[in-house]
Amino acid sequence: MALLEVRNLEVRFPLRGGELTALRDLSFSLNQGERLGIVGESGAGKSVAAFAILNLVSRPGYISAGSVLFEGRDLASLAPEQLRSIRGNRIAMIFQDPMMTLNPVLTIGTQMVECLQAHREISDKEAREIAVSKLRSVSIPAPAARMDQYPHELSGGMRQRVVIAIALLTEPSVIIADEPTTALDVTIQAEIMELLLELCENNNVALLLITHDLGVVSQVTQRTIVMYAGRIVEEGATRSIIDNPWHPYTHGLIDALPERTHRGQRLNQIPGMMPSLSAIPEGCAFHPRCEHMTELCQTQIPGYTLRDERRVACHWVEKQGESR
Amino acid sequence: MTRYWQLFRDSAFLYRFKRDKVAIVSFAVLVILVMLSFCAPLIAPFDPYDPTQIDIMDSDIPPVWQAEGDPRFRLGTDAQGRDMLSTMLYGTRISIIIGLFAVLLQSLLGIALGLVAGYFGGRIDSFLMRLADIQLSFSTLMVAIVVLAVFQASFGTELYNELAIFMLIMVIGIAEWPQYARTVRASVLAEKKKEYVDAVRVIGLHPRRIMFRHILPNTLSPILVISTVQVANAIMSEAALSFLGLGMPVNKPSLGSLINSGFEYILSGSWWITTFPALLLVVLVLVINLLGDWMRDVLNPKLYKD
Amino acid sequence: MNADRPESPQVLLRVENLSKEFPLTSGLLEQLRFERGRLVRRQESVRAVNGVTLEVNRGDALCVVGESGCGKSTLARVVMGLIKPSRGSIYYEGKRIDDLPTEKLLTYRRKMQMIFQNPYASLNPRMTVKQTLEEPMRFHNPDISREELTHKIIEVMESVGVDPGWNQRFPHEFSGGQRQRISIARALMVDPEFIVADEPISALDVSIQAQVLNLLMEARKQRALTYLFITHDLSVVQHFGTRVAVMYLGALCESAKTEDLFGDPRHPYTQALLSAIPRLDQSRPTHIKLLGEVPTPINLPSGCYFHNRCQYATDRCRRETPNPILTGDSHWVACHAVEEGRIK
Repeated sequence: MALLEVRNLEVRFPLRGGELTALRDLSFSLNQGERLGIVGESGAGKSVAAFAILNLVSRPGYISAGSVLFEGRDLASLAPEQLRSIRGNRIAMIFQDPMMTLNPVLTIGTQMVECLQAHREISDKEAREIAVSKLRSVSIPAPAARMDQYPHELSGGMRQRVVIAIALLTEPSVIIADEPTTALDVTIQAEIMELLLELCENNNVALLLITHDLGVVSQVTQRTIVMYAGRIVEEGATRSIIDNPWHPYTHGLIDALPERTHRGQRLNQIPGMMPSLSAIPEGCAFHPRCEHMTELCQTQIPGYTLRDERRVACHWVEKQGESR
Repeated sequence: MTRYWQLFRDSAFLYRFKRDKVAIVSFAVLVILVMLSFCAPLIAPFDPYDPTQIDIMDSDIPPVWQAEGDPRFRLGTDAQGRDMLSTMLYGTRISIIIGLFAVLLQSLLGIALGLVAGYFGGRIDSFLMRLADIQLSFSTLMVAIVVLAVFQASFGTELYNELAIFMLIMVIGIAEWPQYARTVRASVLAEKKKEYVDAVRVIGLHPRRIMFRHILPNTLSPILVISTVQVANAIMSEAALSFLGLGMPVNKPSLGSLINSGFEYILSGSWWITTFPALLLVVLVLVINLLGDWMRDVLNPKLYKD
Repeated sequence: MNADRPESPQVLLRVENLSKEFPLTSGLLEQLRFERGRLVRRQESVRAVNGVTLEVNRGDALCVVGESGCGKSTLARVVMGLIKPSRGSIYYEGKRIDDLPTEKLLTYRRKMQMIFQNPYASLNPRMTVKQTLEEPMRFHNPDISREELTHKIIEVMESVGVDPGWNQRFPHEFSGGQRQRISIARALMVDPEFIVADEPISALDVSIQAQVLNLLMEARKQRALTYLFITHDLSVVQHFGTRVAVMYLGALCESAKTEDLFGDPRHPYTQALLSAIPRLDQSRPTHIKLLGEVPTPINLPSGCYFHNRCQYATDRCRRETPNPILTGDSHWVACHAVEEGRIK
């Protein structure tokens, strides 16, 4: 049984003059200890997905369909009390901005102890000991001294390490990381990513990594989901997607990277831009930018083609599979 | 032009306005009051400024629905025999004129000084802002009372009565410029850091053009919000001064001086002379403030909800 | 008065020993401190740029790379004259420009233009595209005719790939990528020869980044532009730049032709930086681990600024600031370890 299973999740936002579907038909599963990446550009719905999984969609948005099963239990059917015992405890979350997790007026130690005691009945002393050991596990130098510091006394990279330490406090089985290194420099990004990867591997924690950076996905995850305009367009093993993308959008995204072109040559750009969620084209949302577009693409939303443990929503791929 | 109209029609501003009942009602009441008061010479049954239309024998007539009411004077008359309704319409007009022009003066002074302080910074900024602090540490009313009392004492009541409306505009206008200067300075400081200002500096434009053509239009939202509230404040200040006998003279009454003139008679039973203008003043100030609050909610992106 | 100097004609821009400090404590009262029972006056400042010397040749695309806080954006702004340098000088075509009065600077304003990072802040929200574009043209050519101006706007808008029919629209009606195109169009309106681009694509999405980068490369070819390109993204540098300069804490560590720098990075910081780029062909992070943390630019370490994070650091590195040495064909490295041959 999958650890986390998302079924046909749909999120809508009421807007003036109608409703906007920010996420449609999101289904995937995450196994114990597995690292899954969700890739997409801004507006693809990847952050909404993360919040929807935790039932944290910001108002006035709401989950209009679908369900999220954690260890077989439907999160929507749980009482608020039970939901809290899962959220932040069994499922931890790391945001892009460490200051979304850290309270600027409390010391790191206070926040960590508080977080632990919210989920477990332990003494202050025990809680502090656990906190220090977690800070040490994320390679923070002089962890005991850091306990009495305030978040602003730390650098951006250190803060993100503290956030990871807080996420690890309750020994969760899933970590959802939403662009955890986007605000950081390359050298620090590499360190944090490696840390996250090692922690997940060593403790058999599942990771849901949300990012726009294909390079990061390739380094950290085993499986990848590519999203476009609120919908999954491709899913499969990370290596096979990067080495051999099927969906024209994934293909374009990878090809547009400078390292895929000879120096000084024109980059392979995808024409146009992602539609805003309020004006998603009919049929396949990608069809106005797609070189393989046919009449069918303009009218009918493509279903998922399943082949070789891959899943693609594209009429063109489906047809190619038939003729093969 | 049609394009600007279309942009306005599709704007969030209009959309939010149409969905907010308080804003619609306030706006409607305000428009009605402004229209009525500015059309006063056309619609008022009497001209309170015309001594030939005033008969002292008609004084202290209660509103028409009371036993001694006179159908000619729907809201009764005051102690001098003026029709309350007409006098109030004319008075509202004076109050609104003083409010608008005082705010115009405030805004001209405040925007100019705020722009200069914010854009150039340094010593000019420190000097102007300290000046604003000093000015703010005296209350508007105190400054106004001193200035107006000195003027009245040195030039005589007659000259004062003639110039009262200008004096009030000047005093209220000058006393409140720091409000504007501070608001404008704060938004100039915020705008100045944005890259579009650097972009025009790279073009080589003169600072004056950058200030007025590029920065000023982007500080208009807070100016608009503060202006609404300031009009209400100016009307209140004027009413307070008139109530203290330092504002508009009795023969050209504003709402404040009407309240004042009726105040002596309130205990002798003529409650309407004070009550009606007071109610009108409250409604006028209330709707302006409600509109100002609504506008602040809409125009401030930080408070953006919905 | 100006210490102009004859220069080889291919050098377009020359920055010499440039430093910029931002005082943190402005008033006298803020500067006074009690230290060991005595009142002392101390001025603290952020040292954003520290003695940078570099040349941009005509036709080059010089990329300045570095992490946040390394002073690369300050460098761009100082070069454009938006900030006055604390020390040092800037020469354009051999003429010193950093101490020119505003009127004399105007000739250079036509030749040098800038593209900014944030497409949402770099266009005046209250001006239409047309107004934004005609302003620089009108300002520099006061007697240009309406037709010429309209013609020019259409030409430039077409060349950056924005429909000229949209010139009456306001910035909020455009997406980030389109705004950046308009911002580029504004810079191109006065036909500049030198463009400073401060992180022009880092606020954009991946697929849009490629579009804008292509546009910048086309403009370079068609209009014979020279770029000073500020970025933190090394994969872009590798693709776009002809030369690269790596900055760390306001100082240059290494500068070389792009292929030399990527093929044979010498400075330990450059090596670490290059190894940290996440690449598609990697299945695990493979970066060189740096020691410690980035010091703040307020309290710069003595000697080589990089010494506390460098695995090759010696006593000399802690004491003495390294000077750039020539190690190959116009390949400059400021590192004692390289000089002493301790790094290959």
